[in-house]
Amino acid sequence: MGDNRAECLRGKGVTKVFGMGNKKTVAVDHVDFDFREGEIVSIVGESGSGKTTLSKMLLGLTGVTEGEIFFQGRRRDIGSTKKKREYWKGIQAIFQDPFSSYNMFGKIDTVLLDCIRMRHKGKLPYEEKFKMMEEACRFVNLEFKELTNKYPFELSGGQMQRLMIARIFLLKPKILLADEPTSMIDACSRSTILDMLLKLRDEVKMTVIFITHDIGLAYYISDKVYIMERGRFVESGSAQDCILHPKAAYTRRLISDVPKIYEEWDLSTV
Amino acid sequence: MKHTLKNIFHSPKFVAGFVIFCGMLLFTVLYPLFVTADPLEMVGQGNFFKPGTYVSVKDSVNAPSYRLNITVKDGNPDSLLTDAYKADMQDWLVRFGGVSEEEIQAAADGGLVELWLEKYDAQTAQEGLLATKKRQIARMDGEIRNLAEDVDLILAKENENGELEETATVNSGQYINVKDVVNQRTLLLGTDNFGRDVMTELVQATGTSLRIGLIAGVVATLIGLTLGLVSGYVGGAVDDFIMFIANLFTVIPSFVMLILITYSIGQAARGVTLIAVVIGFTSWTWTCRSVRSQVISLRNRDHVNLSRLSGHSMPRIVLTDILPYVASYVVMALILQISSGILAEAQLSMLGLGPSTTSTATLGQMMNWATMYAAHLNGAWWAYFPVVFVIAMISFSLSLMNMGLDQVFNPTLRD
Repeated sequence: MGDNRAECLRGKGVTKVFGMGNKKTVAVDHVDFDFREGEIVSIVGESGSGKTTLSKMLLGLTGVTEGEIFFQGRRRDIGSTKKKREYWKGIQAIFQDPFSSYNMFGKIDTVLLDCIRMRHKGKLPYEEKFKMMEEACRFVNLEFKELTNKYPFELSGGQMQRLMIARIFLLKPKILLADEPTSMIDACSRSTILDMLLKLRDEVKMTVIFITHDIGLAYYISDKVYIMERGRFVESGSAQDCILHPKAAYTRRLISDVPKIYEEWDLSTV
Repeated sequence: MKHTLKNIFHSPKFVAGFVIFCGMLLFTVLYPLFVTADPLEMVGQGNFFKPGTYVSVKDSVNAPSYRLNITVKDGNPDSLLTDAYKADMQDWLVRFGGVSEEEIQAAADGGLVELWLEKYDAQTAQEGLLATKKRQIARMDGEIRNLAEDVDLILAKENENGELEETATVNSGQYINVKDVVNQRTLLLGTDNFGRDVMTELVQATGTSLRIGLIAGVVATLIGLTLGLVSGYVGGAVDDFIMFIANLFTVIPSFVMLILITYSIGQAARGVTLIAVVIGFTSWTWTCRSVRSQVISLRNRDHVNLSRLSGHSMPRIVLTDILPYVASYVVMALILQISSGILAEAQLSMLGLGPSTTSTATLGQMMNWATMYAAHLNGAWWAYFPVVFVIAMISFSLSLMNMGLDQVFNPTLRD
C-alpha cells in the first residue's frame, strides 16, 4: 500500500444525520478514511448507502454533523465563502447526470470561462482564454469551434460529460471527486470517459475519488477500495485484497451481483 | 428563449387572452387621442341620461329646414304607441266604444289611433272601471291626441315692448338635417349619476385600473419572489423567520387586512398608487410560498452544486442558476396577481375604501357610484353593466393567458 505517499484527505468519525426525533436518518455513520495523494480511491456501495452524502460532505456542499475532515494534513476550514472558494480550488467534482449538471440557460463557454477565471484571477486577453478552452476541448476529443455559443441541451450526454472533464482539465485540482460519472452513459462512451479520466489523472497528478455502485469497475481502476453499507465502511483496503479476497458478506454479495459472461447470474438478494 | 416564445404564441388560449388584453390596452391608449374631452366633465345636468346622440334644440330650430313629403300625420301614428297603450285602447274600444272584435283585428295593422279619436268619449259611462283607470285612460287620450294633432308651432321673439312677436311657424312637414346642427354630442353609453359621459369615463377608468393592477401585481410579485428566493436558498433560521411572517399574512384574510390598512391611511392620503401598493403588500404570500418550495427543490440540483464549486457568490447563483428556472412560474403568478389586484381595487371601492380622488376614475368607483345612485333600480344599465363587463373581460383575458402559459410550461397539462 502506498502509505508513504503524502496525506491528502483524511476523515475521522465523519457523520451526517438528517432530520430529528422519529424521522432521524443517519446517512453516514462515523466513517474513517485516509486518501493519499495520487491514488485512485473507489467508494463502492448500493443505492442509499450514503455514498453521495459522503461525497457532498467531502466537497463541503453540506455540513458535517459530527467528526472532522483533514485536508492536506490540516483541519479543513471552510467557514467563510472566501475560504470555501480557496478549498474548491483544490477539490472539484464530476456529477452523475450530465444532463442536470449544466445550467440550461447558460452557454457552454460560460462554464469553461468560469474555470479560467477561478484559476487565473487576473484579466487574461480573450485570445489566451480561447486558446486554453481549445486545448481543454482537444484533450477530451471535442472541437471548441463547434461548441462555442451552443447551449448544453444541444449536446449529447457523452459530449456533456466529456466537457465536464475538460472543465477539470482547466481547473487542475488536487482532488477530483467523480460521483458515478459513467452511470448515465452508454457502455461505449463509458470506456472513453474512463480513459480520459485516467489520462487526466496522469497529466495533472491528482487524487481521484471514484464513487460507484459497480464493483467490477472499481476493481479495474482503483488502488484502494472502500465498501460502504448503510452509512458505514464495512471493508477497506487495496483493490486486490478487497475484491479478490473479500471478508465482509456485503462485499461478497456485491461481487456476486456483477453479471459474468458464460456463468449463470445469481439474482438472489439477501 | 426564442423557442419558448414561439411555443407560447402557438397556444390558442394564450393568444386569445393576449389579443383581448392588448385590444383593451390599445383602446385605452388610442381613445383619448380621438376624444379629447375631459372624462370627468359633467356633461349632463341630471343623472343617467340614455345612450344616444343629443342635439341642441335651439340649433335645430335655427338650422335650415327642408320640406319633405312626410308629415307627422302620414307616418303611422300607431307605431308611436307602446304595447301597453295599444292593449288598453283595444280593451276600451271593445267594452265601451261598441267596436266589434273583427274591426279591432282589422285596425291592428294601422288605423287604431283613427278609430280611437273617432270613438273615445270621456263622458261615456264606463261601468266596471276604477276611477284611477278612468283617469289614466283620459290622460292617455290627451297624449294620443297630441301625437295625432297637426298644428303648426309658432316661434316667437320678445320685442322691445316686452310683447311676443311671431317670427316663424314650424309645421309637421319641416325637417332639418342632423349634420346642420352644430352642437351635438354622442353619448355612446349615456351619462352617469353626475352627468359624466360613461364611455369616456370608462376608458379612463380601465386605464387606471390596469395601472393599479400592474403596480399591485409587480409589488406583490417582487416581494414574494425576493422573500421566496432568499428563504428557499438560504434555509435555516432565515427560512423559518420568513415563513413565520408569510404564514401570519396567509392566516389573516388579506381582504380584511386591506380594509384595515386603507381605512387607517385616511381619506386624504388614499391615492391610486398608494392603494395599488397596499394591495400589493397584502397579496405576496402565495408567490413567496410557491417560489420557496421550487427553490428548495432546485438548490440541490447538480448545476447549482457545480456553480457553487466554481466559486460563484450566493446572489449570483440565485440570479443565474435558480431565477431562470422559476421565471416561467413567476410570470404566471404575476399575471394572476394583476387580475386579482384589479378585482381587489373594485372590491375596496365598492366599500368606499378605494382610491379617494376626484382627478381620475377607476372601475371600482364607477361601480360604487352606480350602486349608490341605484342605477340598477332605475334601469340605467349603461352605468354599471359596461363596467362589470370590462372587469370580467380583463380577468378573463388574464386567466386565459395564464392557462395558456401553464400548458406551455407544464407539459403534463397538454392535451
